[in-house]
Amino acid sequence: MNALPWTIYLSFAGAALCLLAGARSAAAARAIALITSLASFAATLLAARSFVPGPGLETLVNVPWIAELGVRYHLAADGISLTLLVLTGLAATAGVLFSWNITERTGEFFALYLALIGGVYGVFLSADAFVLFVFYEIAIVPKYFLIANWGSTNREYGAMKLVLYSFAGSALVLAGLLWAYAAGGGNSFALGDLAAAATHFTRTEQLGMFALVFLGFAVLAGMFPFHTWAPTGHVAAPTAASMLLAGVVMKLGAYGCLRVAMPLFPVGFVYWQPVIAWLAIAGIVYAGLIALVQEDFKFVIGYSSVSHMGFVLLGLAAANSQAVSGAVLQMFSHGVIAGLLFAVVGRMVYERTHTRKLAELRTMPLHRRLPFAALTFVLAGLASMGMPGFSGFPAELTILIGTWKTSPLWALFAAGGVLVAAAFTLRAIQVSFFGTTDKSSPAPATPAHSHHYDPITWPERAGAMLLIAATVYIGLKPDALLGWITPALQSPLMQAVLKGGTP
Amino acid sequence: MNLHYRELFNALLPELALVLGALLVLSVDLIAGRGRAAATRLRVSVLIGLLALAAAGYGAHLAGKGGPAFDGVFALDALGLAVRLGVIVLGALTLGLLPGVSRLRHPAEYVAVMLLATSGFTLMAVAQQLLVAFLALELASLSLYVLTGFDKSRPESAEAALKYFLVGGMSAAFLLFGFSLIYGLTGSIELPAIAFQLRGLPVTTLLVVALVMVLAAFGFKAAAAPFHLWAPDVYQGAPASSAALVASASKLAGFALFVRLLWSGLAPVAGDLTGTGTGPGWVTIVVIISAVSLVLGNIAALAQTNVRRLLAYSAIAHAGALLLGVIAAGKSGPAPLFYYALTYGFATVGAFGVIAVVERAGRCQSLSDLAGLYRRSPLLAGCLFIFILSLAGIPPLAGFFGKFTVFAGALKLNGLSSPAGWLALLAIGMSAVGLYYYLLILKQAVVAAPVAGAEAKIPVPAMAAASLVIAAALLVVVGIFPSVVLQLLR
Repeated sequence: MNALPWTIYLSFAGAALCLLAGARSAAAARAIALITSLASFAATLLAARSFVPGPGLETLVNVPWIAELGVRYHLAADGISLTLLVLTGLAATAGVLFSWNITERTGEFFALYLALIGGVYGVFLSADAFVLFVFYEIAIVPKYFLIANWGSTNREYGAMKLVLYSFAGSALVLAGLLWAYAAGGGNSFALGDLAAAATHFTRTEQLGMFALVFLGFAVLAGMFPFHTWAPTGHVAAPTAASMLLAGVVMKLGAYGCLRVAMPLFPVGFVYWQPVIAWLAIAGIVYAGLIALVQEDFKFVIGYSSVSHMGFVLLGLAAANSQAVSGAVLQMFSHGVIAGLLFAVVGRMVYERTHTRKLAELRTMPLHRRLPFAALTFVLAGLASMGMPGFSGFPAELTILIGTWKTSPLWALFAAGGVLVAAAFTLRAIQVSFFGTTDKSSPAPATPAHSHHYDPITWPERAGAMLLIAATVYIGLKPDALLGWITPALQSPLMQAVLKGGTP
Repeated sequence: MNLHYRELFNALLPELALVLGALLVLSVDLIAGRGRAAATRLRVSVLIGLLALAAAGYGAHLAGKGGPAFDGVFALDALGLAVRLGVIVLGALTLGLLPGVSRLRHPAEYVAVMLLATSGFTLMAVAQQLLVAFLALELASLSLYVLTGFDKSRPESAEAALKYFLVGGMSAAFLLFGFSLIYGLTGSIELPAIAFQLRGLPVTTLLVVALVMVLAAFGFKAAAAPFHLWAPDVYQGAPASSAALVASASKLAGFALFVRLLWSGLAPVAGDLTGTGTGPGWVTIVVIISAVSLVLGNIAALAQTNVRRLLAYSAIAHAGALLLGVIAAGKSGPAPLFYYALTYGFATVGAFGVIAVVERAGRCQSLSDLAGLYRRSPLLAGCLFIFILSLAGIPPLAGFFGKFTVFAGALKLNGLSSPAGWLALLAIGMSAVGLYYYLLILKQAVVAAPVAGAEAKIPVPAMAAASLVIAAALLVVVGIFPSVVLQLLR
């Protein structure tokens, strides 16, 4: 387990090295980025081997940092954080592989990319609210530059919108945390101490603090109606950044809700629980319906992310052990699948056809021209729909069963969302890869269509295989992760909120 | 009165070093500088200036923090020492920006006036008596007016200096009027004695007038809304290094003086601090000024297309946050305020330093003049990245922790029962607004391609590069280890 903090340090060191090396050679920067992300991933897997699932956080580092404010540099991990660390390692490695074709300002690209990853690792490992917040903010700024510099479609608008939403969210979190810290006497930011102090707060204070902190994190998790940054931002982002944003960064928000907002203010949570659940359901259904009518391939995926993150929020809102472990499993599953979908759309298809319009893709027989991309997308689509054998199935099923225990009505509405998800995914698969090649079709074959596409390169294959393997493995053996997650929910902090979990 | 001149000498060692340094700069230039190139004269003057600053730093250390000195005229305490060292470092960073960058005529005079301004700042840091406080403030202000108008080749510079002088002169009149009323009410000009006298006095109209006068004057000096109107013009028109000094060291010294005056002199009439209803006082006025500054500064900055004016409005917003620190200082001590003002100073000196270097290679007024900076000079772009993100309050840079500790202090007063708590929430919300315009600067510098016709590389003189890199490194180090600075005030 002691290898885990190295994921943070390695990522930041890799970022610095990329910045230095990138000025000389793009290939060196690429290699450094790949080695760094692989090394962090390896460190996580190494730690996972010696991990004994149990309740409560296992402390990795705990030293005083800012004595004047009672801040300690406290890193710790449990089954939930370990699950998300593995996801980060996977997504980061795959993201590097899918950005192999970045040629402009390569060093800076990977430096920002790795800085973002370092921040993400840091959030998942923090056991002190101040440390968590610092890493959370470190993960925000690189997003702007990644999108504004290397993005496509309306990138400066998308980047600014995404970053301002994230930052406004983090401002809410900061306000709530500072309020709780000051009200608790201002001695410590440790999650346990804050939770202990919160038991003495008045009901009004708990409600207010929970609303601030939860809403702040939920904005980043794409909660309806604060989700609009997600599709715009993800579409504008370069492929690796979309993979990371949808795959990992949105999980930061959900993780913050689960790790900070809920255990700290259980009284506040019980009050807001129905509101959160209905907003989550609205997000699932609404974003799904919007995805159904999108004309841009990448927007379909962008809205599908919001819809799938709705399941995560619903699982959290249902607040029983089963629903919450399903939510964490869904974070992992969606992280892998969203990465895969964005990789196909942004890298494999768009970089070759230079269009993402479904109407134009329909006229190209992509399943014959790009069979590997078609295969990957079909697999990812099936996983995304929740087909048995892929990780989406156990995740969404666990959430639905758990939610049913809390409120059958919620589960029914959410199940409707599953149908919508199947509809928009099938439509995307059918229209984009298996469109009509009918000679009588009115669209004349333009020169672009007849032109031969570059073959799928090895980094793309490797990245896709990695992610497919992960989703299939967890689909077949969900207990590998659930065995980590469920014991972690037995910790006193988590039980405080899970017990109060019936409306 | 039993005055020991030895004690006076000891207390004023830094000022002595700076004034002697200024005279030395002038005389060396007068004797040996004639007929030499302006660049050489500038380099020699800066060198002497840096030595004088180093001597002043040592002097401040020798003067120490032994408590009230010279019959209570000076407060040689931890705050005084820390602020003295802070303004000396900021002054040194500003001086370092000059060689190879500044094209001002009469370089020696410029450096000498800068040293005089710094001696005003160091005196402000320890003044504990109304007359000395006023004297120190005016020494600093008069020097800053001169520095603002120093660029005789540009009419904007003269215009800015005139505006600054008129507004500053008026605020000095206000201040003096307020001081005289306080003297009339309490019969003393020493802060502890004033506090003692005020404890027994009811809040009369006369006292309210005095408080309003003093606060308005400080509002002018600190560029807080609604007394901010001079700031955009001065930031825009002044030579970049003068603007850097106005925005950094002058702010730090000003707030130190302000917090000392309010909390060691006027604390009994602070009024309702915790929302528990202990009657009106100056806190109410400071809360209003702070709220207006936060909102107006941040909103007005959104509309700016001139990078200097943008920094000016951002300075107004930061003044609002600093005023929050002044309120919080009553309970959590001046450490958060000092940390905020110091690190804000590092970031603004750096930002104006980058502007100064860019300006040497062309124009640097509108935001688009920064376009493609990453290609024209990666060093400048990298430094600007750190300065601006620190101003925006992004961790792990110092600007974040400054905001954090000030807001935590304000919320600790009494949570949301106190108006300061709500003000802290407003400030947190406004920082999200702020990120937008800070990113606009960085978008030009780091994302946008250079404009046609302005693609040439920008050479960065060694000394300016050192100054910028030191400022950036300080922001990173002090941001990650804030205790280094906070310990100064323990």
